[in-house]
Amino acid sequence: MTTVYEKSKMLTDAPMSYCPGCTHGIIHKLVAESISELGVEGRTVGVAPVGCSVMAYNFFACDMVQAPHGRAPAVATGLARALPEGVIFTYQGDGDLAAIGTAETVHAASRGENIVIIFVNNAIYGMTGGQMAPTTLPGQVTQTSPYGRDVKTAGYPIRICEMLATLDGTAYAERVSVNSVPNIRKAKKAIKKAFENQIAGRGFSIVEVLSTCPTNWGLTPVEALKWLEENMTPYYPLGVYKDITAEEGK
Amino acid sequence: MAERILMKGNEAIAEAAIRAGCRHFFGYPITPQTEVSAYLAKRMPKVGGCFLQAESEVAAINMVLGAAAAGVRVMTSSSSPGISLKSEGISYIIGSDLPCVILNIQRGGPGLGGIQPSQADYNQATKAPGHGDAHVMVFAPSTVQEMVTCIFDMFDLSEQYRVPAMLLGDGLLGQMMEPVEFPDVKVTPAEKPWAANGHQNKREHNVVNSLYLQPDQLEAKNIERFERYAQIQANETRAEAFETEDCDVLVVAYGASSRIARSAVMNARAQGLKVGLLRPITLWPFPKKELLKASKTAKDILVVEMSMGQMVDDVKLALECKKPVHFFGHTGGIIPTPAEVLEQLKTIAGGAAK
Ligand SMILES: Cc1ncc(C[n+]2csc(CCOP(=O)(O)OP(=O)(O)O)c2C)c(N)n1
Ligand code: SF4
Repeated sequence: MTTVYEKSKMLTDAPMSYCPGCTHGIIHKLVAESISELGVEGRTVGVAPVGCSVMAYNFFACDMVQAPHGRAPAVATGLARALPEGVIFTYQGDGDLAAIGTAETVHAASRGENIVIIFVNNAIYGMTGGQMAPTTLPGQVTQTSPYGRDVKTAGYPIRICEMLATLDGTAYAERVSVNSVPNIRKAKKAIKKAFENQIAGRGFSIVEVLSTCPTNWGLTPVEALKWLEENMTPYYPLGVYKDITAEEGK
Repeated sequence: MAERILMKGNEAIAEAAIRAGCRHFFGYPITPQTEVSAYLAKRMPKVGGCFLQAESEVAAINMVLGAAAAGVRVMTSSSSPGISLKSEGISYIIGSDLPCVILNIQRGGPGLGGIQPSQADYNQATKAPGHGDAHVMVFAPSTVQEMVTCIFDMFDLSEQYRVPAMLLGDGLLGQMMEPVEFPDVKVTPAEKPWAANGHQNKREHNVVNSLYLQPDQLEAKNIERFERYAQIQANETRAEAFETEDCDVLVVAYGASSRIARSAVMNARAQGLKVGLLRPITLWPFPKKELLKASKTAKDILVVEMSMGQMVDDVKLALECKKPVHFFGHTGGIIPTPAEVLEQLKTIAGGAAK
């Protein structure tokens, strides 16, 4: 019998706590597969955020540290400085990374910290029940923007990849999406590349993954994938924002 | 025999940390502890260590969390306003049972306060270093030499009990120059089978975490931690008693104010007053037993602090209010003088003699 598909050994058998149809699970799978394929599970340490993925430490079969809300890049910095041979990554939501943890994110990037950040942008605070996130789109209705995000009072969404690409310390910044099979393939490539960068000591890599929150968007999983495509990708264009390996190749 | 050298308090702490095997330091500049960072910025690269100036105290303490989770000896340093910022991370470090050393070279508060020496963070350090049922071990040395020996012990004890250790100093001790000797000891960091340092495919994956969503699990974790706290209280309490055997008045003071109190006690003795000094070296655990012993003959207690009076509550609690407890202090960066303390002693002793 030939094995056609197998769950990555980098994922534990713990049942995931995500809502049905949430794309957090897909992103976990891509991260786990990338680490497994690179054969570095044994020296990988992941950092879980505060958010729906707070329990990521139960799902990834590598050593894990759970960080305070937004502080994952600082925790990862401590790990990376203490473990020069370690493969260090964080897995963070948009509230965690782009609101309360903005300073930690920007400075980890500016230091060129040799870590990977998997940034899950679902344009909302999932875990706390659907409040406005820094990445919530103009006009988007959330629990704390019940009349739609009014940019006059609530300001504009933050485009993290574009911002971090301006920093000299950033080695790699790419935005991907997991709303379709071709996009999932591209996302996998990006995530694996980020880990390759880390292993090669190239410095700070971030992969922003556009992700769905059917529960708090008030949509079915299928509608949510469509909503992402139609509303998020125009505001958050997919693509590579910085890649020092490509620049070196020029 | 190790050589004696003249060193500033803050620099001696920094050198002691290196000699105690600390190779990771994360900090953010603030007066009056800056010499710690400046010294380590020079020394760490020479010993293959990591000195990193973080973007904030919030980031610095979380870098400490990461490095401690990886299993290395790690230290951070700050002063009062910076410690307030670190309190979130300190709570997580406590909740994750991680060892580390934290320096608070206190200055006057609240708010931005001032930059002169103070002891006004006693309650924060001993009662609420972060949210939750949380404690850190708190050491309050009173000489540069004692700061050095404390640092060695703090690294060992925080690893032994998996509880962070805080050095509660002040600008006076930090800036003061005194001769020091560094102990010639072989440093043996504890085994850390719990560390998140990569399982190398040889063991189950380790998780460093402070989240327990099940109330019974969270309660059990807290109870287990409090059992360790009880061991610390039983075994690690430290205090120095000076001229206490026959004292009518017992002065209780720690750190810089204990130096002033000691001068006052010596002057009072010279004038025939029976006074003594108990100097807590650990503030948490508070040296209750030592206080009860030292105050046996005392009719009155005088607590001297560089604050509006914080440790005085612990003294009252320890004595169960069975004896009058007086307070004298200055705050905001004003250092009490031996003459002022002597004046207090005379008044109290006069009353006690009546
Ligand atoms: C200091 C602190 N502030 C607030 C919270 C409450 N909180 C928990 S998760 C969260 C937002 C998470 O949203 P996001 O990072 O977008 O992740 P998601 O849940 O959408 O995956 C907040 C505000 C907290 N745990 N700690
Ligand atoms: S709340 Fe949203 S982000 Fe969180 S698990 Fe559910 S669908 Fe996913």
